Amino acid sequence: MDVGVLGQYIANGLMLGVIYALVAVGFTLFFGVLDVIQFSHGDVLTVGAFTALATYAALTLAGVASPWAQLAVVLLVAVAAMALLGALIAKYLVLPLRNAPPLNVLLLTLMLGAALRESVRLFYPQGANPKPFPRLLPADALALGSFSLRLDSVLLLIAGVGAIAAVHLVITRTRLGLAIRAVAQDAETARIMGIDFERVVLITFAIGSGLAAAAGVMNGLYYNEINFSIGLLLGVIGFSAAVVGGLGNIYGAILGGFLFAALQTIGAVLLPAIFPGLPSAYRDVFAFAAVIGFMAWRPTGLIAERTAERV
Amino acid sequence: MKKEGVPAFAGTTIPGLAGIAAVAVYSYFFLHAESQAAVLGLVAAAVIGVPVLGRLGWLSRVGASLAQHRAAGRIGIAVALLIVIALFRSEHFAMLMLASVLFYTIACLGLTVQFGYAGVVNFAGAAFFGVGGYTSAVLGAQLPHIAVLVIGGLLAALLGSVLILPILRTRGHYAALITVAFGILFRTFIEVNDALGGPQGLQVKGMNLFGWDLNTPIGEWSFYANYVLVALALAALAFVLVRRLERSWVGLNLDAVRLDETACAVFGIDVARWKILAFTIGNFLAGVAGAAYSMMTGFVAPNSFTFADSLIMVSIILLGGVGSLWGVALAAAIVLVLPEKLQALQEYRFLLYAVLVIIILLARPQGLIPRRARDYFA
Repeated sequence: MDVGVLGQYIANGLMLGVIYALVAVGFTLFFGVLDVIQFSHGDVLTVGAFTALATYAALTLAGVASPWAQLAVVLLVAVAAMALLGALIAKYLVLPLRNAPPLNVLLLTLMLGAALRESVRLFYPQGANPKPFPRLLPADALALGSFSLRLDSVLLLIAGVGAIAAVHLVITRTRLGLAIRAVAQDAETARIMGIDFERVVLITFAIGSGLAAAAGVMNGLYYNEINFSIGLLLGVIGFSAAVVGGLGNIYGAILGGFLFAALQTIGAVLLPAIFPGLPSAYRDVFAFAAVIGFMAWRPTGLIAERTAERV
Repeated sequence: MKKEGVPAFAGTTIPGLAGIAAVAVYSYFFLHAESQAAVLGLVAAAVIGVPVLGRLGWLSRVGASLAQHRAAGRIGIAVALLIVIALFRSEHFAMLMLASVLFYTIACLGLTVQFGYAGVVNFAGAAFFGVGGYTSAVLGAQLPHIAVLVIGGLLAALLGSVLILPILRTRGHYAALITVAFGILFRTFIEVNDALGGPQGLQVKGMNLFGWDLNTPIGEWSFYANYVLVALALAALAFVLVRRLERSWVGLNLDAVRLDETACAVFGIDVARWKILAFTIGNFLAGVAGAAYSMMTGFVAPNSFTFADSLIMVSIILLGGVGSLWGVALAAAIVLVLPEKLQALQEYRFLLYAVLVIIILLARPQGLIPRRARDYFA
């Protein structure tokens, strides 16, 4: 295979990996503090992307022309709005079900996801159609032989890695992070130590949902198009990535995100090479089949959650 | 509904039969209602009336009476259904709705065995339904249709068996991921597979049982009436199968596996074996229902078997009350018929389901008709 095409695949794979990792980190954070799966996470991402789009439209009306200013405001509004939404979801939908069977929370958030998705489709103007997402990053490309490196991809990649690194720093280096880790380890004991449990949970949900909004904006900037159902697949992929990496572990989520992107890329490159005539659309089939096979091999993910069952 | 709450006069069959009659009359008016105002009025009547009746204690009388006279109750329900079918025999829409409700009930009974009894979650119900549908599309022209139905079920069970190993090795959220991934994998696969018609799907031949072509109407009847009768027979079979399963020692083992795997293993119950059994039976039922349903609708397409459709099946189970068989039938009727009748809501269908399920999870997690505790001496 041509080196340039291969480079293109790798660049694309890395980009997908960062987006997946951002989503997966959210799943793993929520699971850490509350032991629940917040399945509407992917749709929070969609709502974040559409919030960004609406903000962009408002900015254009207001006459702000500088793409950098637009980008900053759009990103800020989307992240802040989704952080708020995430905290609200935690407070009014997830926390009240704390003592219910875990499956009820899974179902509730699945349904909430469906409700968010449908609301975007029905209530955003022409929400059922794919929407063009503005190009806010410079479109210059650096030609390296047959491989052209898009500047916006590089910037997005750096921003994504930066966001994950920032969250990692917050979790490992701050008092807040200490509180989050304490709640994740043992909520009961954390409370005895004077940690405000509900506050920590709400902040964690806010951080995770903010990351999802960032991922939504990145996804929009990269593909220049969003639609109401992007969150469904991204949510499932992010969940798969978090589970494959090992729920509750932030490194696992990052690893899982890149692993899933690698699987998709391998599926897109190798399948047509091995079986000529097979459309590359099979790459998702391949990736999900690989996830199912992987779960049979490592049932609790790469970096396994340590469980001891109290009988 | 506890034993001590049963009033003294519950010994007669009258409250039970009156309850069945009331539901039948209500369904008649509901299916008959043409104007949106009438439909909305009936919905409002149910939303307000049922809690009021519950407050007055009438519902528990009906429940107690039906619990004591199971045979009379079943015959009453069958007669009531047949009367409703006879009244609507020439109306395509009502018959199509009834048949769809019955086919979905069969599929959801399958999911009940998995989820309600053994506690194996399955978020790919629509995928197994779809396996059955595509089986009848591909084999419908070559084999006798009774065999196609069975093969549809067997293929769904066989495909499901691919998931058994990962499901057995995982628990809780990890197991949920496997079925979610499978559901999406299945849909993507049929969408990109040109041999199976791609996104456009395939045509399916109408059902033909032992020379009886169901697509030819009998006299003035709608041809859907034929499907209603077949669906009713299949649903009755599935119902009896699942009910017998529940009441047998198999059901006891399944319940034990759901409630506490560790304790089961300690008592020598083979957890893996019962999970495999429940998962296989459930997928078989979903496959059979899918095969029959597709013969009725005449085509299959990837868009009918999406993750959202799997979620609808799960919400039917939850709405009815996890593990409750009559609950499944009632919830299937509500979830499928209500949006079709309320044209204004058609567009908002998924949003409505989603909000409804969220409210139920928050306010009444046991469902509309909660499953009763086992009672072998009634």
